[in-house]
Amino acid sequence: MTRAEINDLILEIIADIDEDAEFDDLDADKPLRDQLDLDSMDFLDIVMELRKRYQLQIPEEDYPELATLTSCVNYLEPKLKDK
Amino acid sequence: MTNLPENQRVVITGVGLAAPNAANLTEYRRKVLAGISEITTIDLRYMEPAPAGVCRFAETRYRKKKENKRGTRAGCISVYCAHEAINDAGIDFSEYGKDKTGVYLGLTEHGTVETENEVYNISQFDYNTDYWTHHHNPRTVLNNPPGEVTMSLGITGPHYAVGAACAAGNAALIQGVQMLRLGEVDLALCGGISECVGSFGIFASFKAQGALAEHQDPTKASRPFDMARNGIVISEGGCIYTLERLDRAKARGAKIYGEIAGYAMNSDARDFVLPFGERQSQCMELALERAGMGPEDITILNTHATGTRQGDVEECKAIRRVFADCPNTYINNTKSHIGHAMGAAGVLELAANLPSFTDNMVHPTINLENLDPDCDLPNIVANKAKQLDNIEAILNNSFGMVGVNSVVIVKKYRN
Repeated sequence: MTRAEINDLILEIIADIDEDAEFDDLDADKPLRDQLDLDSMDFLDIVMELRKRYQLQIPEEDYPELATLTSCVNYLEPKLKDK
Repeated sequence: MTNLPENQRVVITGVGLAAPNAANLTEYRRKVLAGISEITTIDLRYMEPAPAGVCRFAETRYRKKKENKRGTRAGCISVYCAHEAINDAGIDFSEYGKDKTGVYLGLTEHGTVETENEVYNISQFDYNTDYWTHHHNPRTVLNNPPGEVTMSLGITGPHYAVGAACAAGNAALIQGVQMLRLGEVDLALCGGISECVGSFGIFASFKAQGALAEHQDPTKASRPFDMARNGIVISEGGCIYTLERLDRAKARGAKIYGEIAGYAMNSDARDFVLPFGERQSQCMELALERAGMGPEDITILNTHATGTRQGDVEECKAIRRVFADCPNTYINNTKSHIGHAMGAAGVLELAANLPSFTDNMVHPTINLENLDPDCDLPNIVANKAKQLDNIEAILNNSFGMVGVNSVVIVKKYRN
């Protein structure tokens, strides 16, 4: 997957969690939690969805890597490059 | 419960409900008076379709889709009913502290739906439990439905669920009355909830017991007292009341639907599933005694009958014993319209009758085409609503598996 595709994937997963989420003003370098109605359980939903779709096992110590959209893409890019 | 001071008298001041044929009391009353059942047929994951009651209501009126997705169907129904009840009562929490508000909800069961869904989910991943959701525990704890209400309304007083099989709605109503009388809370949100149409296991279990209704026309499948009945129609639903002490309700000029006159609960102590009329009689007698009433004081007796032969006949025996000579008592059944809403049954069925105090009508028992002679009680109101001159008191029966019985008596409010 390309970086753009990973970006879209994350937004798609978030939209599935919260259909009312607005992405127009989203700053990719600021924490998602500060900009969207997401809490720790929602982040676990993102982790679960990545596991279901791509069999990715994200260890708990790596969860901070999912803080911003950019950090998500950075973290997932090598893991999803062949997907 | 006669001659109580006003701070010990408990009144119903608001009603919020979701039934298979209505999403508010006005619509519900119109449908039960007209005999409009909206029981439908639903697909079940591993078994053939079955008649069932499914509620349609404004699921996102009081919270976001995201919260509905995270929570449970029971929570979604509870949040809707609680907000509707609060709005109906005209309460904005300037009158009552949120820390002095209690939420007590009756549940027949909880967690079955969520567990079945999750087992199905991991079956898609070769039963690898790494795919089991982190939402499972908060969804399946027994206090989930009342807890979702507190989160939605910011209520910080006590909340918990009352488990009493299909008597649970009444049991939670009784809990609310008791907590108000004890002064534990100043406002009680109480009632019952059921999400059970989401569980194939509940349908399969009734089917295995020979107690699941079948009919080509699902609106005719629920037919208590009728010779052609063949079991229970399972429904989801919810009904939550606001209960207040009379002095506080009067002080704020609340609309009063009725006063809780008496109640009783007891146990058969005999069998897992079979009902026991003698104990049901005792339960009705105890509720009447506490209300300071005789059976002749009851205008409407709303039966529990579910459409199983044994259950219907046993309750009729119990009623015959207590109401032997009561020509002014009329008998009806709400499940014939809405099916069996399990934990919500008692309170939804009471709500179907509560407007009787103002319109003086008795809603009918529908689908009663060929009355079982063993259920031939005097004054069963069959198929067509009955107009009376005055309705003073409603006695609501609600019984459940493992032998739990509940009776609630509500009387017309008089100052």
